[in-house]
Amino acid sequence: MLHIVNKSPFERNSLDSCLQHAVKGSAVLLIEDGIYGAMKGTQKSGTVEAAAKDLKFFALSADLKARGIDQDRLIDGVEVVDYNGFVDLVAEYDKSQSWL
Amino acid sequence: MSDAKRFLYVNRKAPYGTIYALESLEVVLIGAAFEQDVSLAFLDDGVFELVKDQNTEELGVKNFSPTYKALGDYDVNKIYVEKESLEARGLTIDDLQHLTYEDEDDDWAEKDSIRVVTAAELAEIMEAQDIVLSF
Repeated sequence: MLHIVNKSPFERNSLDSCLQHAVKGSAVLLIEDGIYGAMKGTQKSGTVEAAAKDLKFFALSADLKARGIDQDRLIDGVEVVDYNGFVDLVAEYDKSQSWL
Repeated sequence: MSDAKRFLYVNRKAPYGTIYALESLEVVLIGAAFEQDVSLAFLDDGVFELVKDQNTEELGVKNFSPTYKALGDYDVNKIYVEKESLEARGLTIDDLQHLTYEDEDDDWAEKDSIRVVTAAELAEIMEAQDIVLSF
């Protein structure tokens, strides 16, 4: 399963809820305001760092750049993808779920 | 101006994910033409609005972040950023744009517009206003 999160983890519980329901081997793609969940050194980083043991994390490059969040601010292991990578992920996993 | 009211614009949303940040900026610029006593507060995800080096080329939407630099020219020079909100997001003032204004009462000396304040200080600032507009 590919989980897609587009809400800021500081404002909504979408990411928390997603991580509680994502099983081992799934992927989480952070887009739009969701990319803030990929930042290290925040109040929310610990949750993602712990979840990264069982899940693969991706963040959309266009949304990172728009918000001025440089790749070196991201949690280790988070992979940055462009729009083509987004499409590849959707194709690679058997289904997608958006946490709106 | 004796009849000027104290306006505070409260910004609590990240840029681009919703329209709030851009709408707030538009309203601030319109309001600035009416020569009121304007302050801006950035707290919660609103602190992300001021992060420097925003580049929306790949996203394909307008990058409105350079507009914050123009606020000083509109006598909007009281920009309060909440310390607790920055810290929760792993940010410091060095991650934000450097916003300045020229102080006409001090021989047009260039001064910083951004003041980092605690939540308690921001609460007092909110109480001191005539009108609070939330975004």
